[in-house]
Amino acid sequence: MSLLEVKNLQVRVEEREILHGLSLTVNPGEVHAIMGPNGSGKSTLSHVIAGKPGYEVTGGEILFRGEDLLEMSPNERAAKGVFLAFQYPVEIPGVATMNFLRTALNAQRKARGESEFSTPDFLKKVREVAARLNIPQEMLRRGVNVGFSGGEKKRNEILQMALFEPAVCILDEMDSGLDIDALRVAADGVNALRSPDRAMVVITHYQRLLNYIVPDFVHVMSKGRVVKSGGKELALELEASGYAQFEDAA
Amino acid sequence: MNVALAKNETGRALSDSFAIARDRLPGTGKIAAARGAAFDAHAQTGLPHRRIEDWKYTDLRALMREVLPLAPAPDAKELTQAATALKLQAIEGVRRLVLVDGMFAPKLSDLDSLEKGLAIRTLREALEAGDAALHDGLFTPDNANPMVALNSAMMTDGVVIDVADGVVLTQPIQIVHIASAPTPAAMFTRSLLRLGKDAGATLVESYIAAEGAKAYQVHDSLILSIGNNSRLDHVRLNEDGREAFNISSAVVTLGAHAHFNTFGMMAGAGVSRYQATIAFAGEGSRVETNGVNLLNGKQHADTTLFMDHAVPNCASREIFRAVVDDRAHSVFQGRIIVQPHAQKTDAKMMTRALLLSDEAEADNKPELEIFADDVTCGHGATTGALDESLLFYLRARGLSEKEAQALLIQAFVGEAIESIVNDDLRELAITAAQRWLEARG
Repeated sequence: MSLLEVKNLQVRVEEREILHGLSLTVNPGEVHAIMGPNGSGKSTLSHVIAGKPGYEVTGGEILFRGEDLLEMSPNERAAKGVFLAFQYPVEIPGVATMNFLRTALNAQRKARGESEFSTPDFLKKVREVAARLNIPQEMLRRGVNVGFSGGEKKRNEILQMALFEPAVCILDEMDSGLDIDALRVAADGVNALRSPDRAMVVITHYQRLLNYIVPDFVHVMSKGRVVKSGGKELALELEASGYAQFEDAA
Repeated sequence: MNVALAKNETGRALSDSFAIARDRLPGTGKIAAARGAAFDAHAQTGLPHRRIEDWKYTDLRALMREVLPLAPAPDAKELTQAATALKLQAIEGVRRLVLVDGMFAPKLSDLDSLEKGLAIRTLREALEAGDAALHDGLFTPDNANPMVALNSAMMTDGVVIDVADGVVLTQPIQIVHIASAPTPAAMFTRSLLRLGKDAGATLVESYIAAEGAKAYQVHDSLILSIGNNSRLDHVRLNEDGREAFNISSAVVTLGAHAHFNTFGMMAGAGVSRYQATIAFAGEGSRVETNGVNLLNGKQHADTTLFMDHAVPNCASREIFRAVVDDRAHSVFQGRIIVQPHAQKTDAKMMTRALLLSDEAEADNKPELEIFADDVTCGHGATTGALDESLLFYLRARGLSEKEAQALLIQAFVGEAIESIVNDDLRELAITAAQRWLEARG
């Protein structure tokens, strides 16, 4: 059974159709890149998979391990193992990062019928992961993402990914706002999480990110559809020729 | 009795009630006369209504309608229930002074081994003794506010606490108000805390209900006098029953170089008003007064603060947060007066309301009256809903809708709670807020 199956997905936002029958199949261990120009529906796809309100699914389905994902609340999806790394992680003043991480992790474990982490076990786990990602302890005491730089926010997303150990990670424009050094740190963090059980969907506008996170498959999106799929060489082809050739194909 | 009032049924019932109670109220002579004057002053307006500016959002004629008869002394069964209620919310390490249905309950209170320099007696004792030295202290508030005047007329018991010069109490004092009467009744209490010079104390006030107590009315007042170089930490937690009324007033005076850190949480009572008047009488003093309203159902809670910068070089900070769900109504009125000669005053007030439903209502009324020219004063007020993007972020991380809301609500009230200087009191407030969030489901 596939991990994630998007079948002929049609999505509207405020009367306007954004996705017009998108299909995508993701198996465990695979890394898929979704590329496309602005406005092609890349972020919409990531939001709909995560369950963000405000999108109306008018056709098609999304299956996660064969289960209807669209019937689940965002928190149920998270507990099942769907993780969205946000393009713009929000700042939550007054909620300490540590408290947030523990509340989220235990909420997911509880939903899966697992026991909650004890405080020492939890702290040990967070410290390990944070050290690996070059995240200072001081950052964990601050409000979630409050005063974090662009790179720190993205690293905080990867920290959560490492902590929650999801089955499928959707990385929405992870490279936006990052300089080359920050990008490398973030990409290293992601690569460390690649495993035969875990799949990743890397959404990006630029080929650059794919030098660091090398995909197994590349899909080109245009006007709400996947218009071409191929191997990693497709990304290089796009880098050379641009998206214009696909505008008509859509 | 004036004619306008005689036409008003509530007023008539109330004056009957005062006439009946009058002979049972402690104190004679000068005290009885002061009660009479206070009642007459109250009767001039009766229950305050929306056409009185200060009560615009809390129309007691509509919300309260009547003042209930005085609660009878609690019987053995009620005292047992009060003891049970007390146990459920007991705070470790405090000296507890308990008022059940407005009467001091010695068996539930802790008057043993008072620290040197600490004196405690009941208001009833003080009134019956006709202590001339205490008279002015007890009648500190004038009769301008009709509900304070009513309290002056009807007060039956409470505690009178004196802390001598140079004495810093290490053990916090908690005054617990417990309602236990199964039949609707009113209680009128007044407590007085006087801190001498170079003194310090921590005071917690709690309002709770024993099982069986439902539609009761609490009429309370607290008179605080903080001497030069003294400091008082104060936390007030209202977790009254949901059908209860609670009309409480505080009258606070600070000497020079004094510090008053106060925090109030309104989570209980169907209708409540907490009105505090804080006056700076000496230079170089500082006040932080913060509060949180946590309301749902049809609750109505009004916090009205009056900060009187009567002397130069004092600072005041007011941080107020309201979380309003369902059809509840939160009111915050904050008035800051800077008197003409009170130069170098530094006064700030920030109030924010979070509306959790379309039918929730929050009214914020900041009023600054500044008559001096070399001052720093500011205020801000915002009202809004929970940020959808924050809620989604938390839900995408596995928190249910209620859990996500709870975390954001905690963060929202956090700033007001964080300003509680005393660690134990801060924990107490956090726990009370969590109780509210858990009850919300």
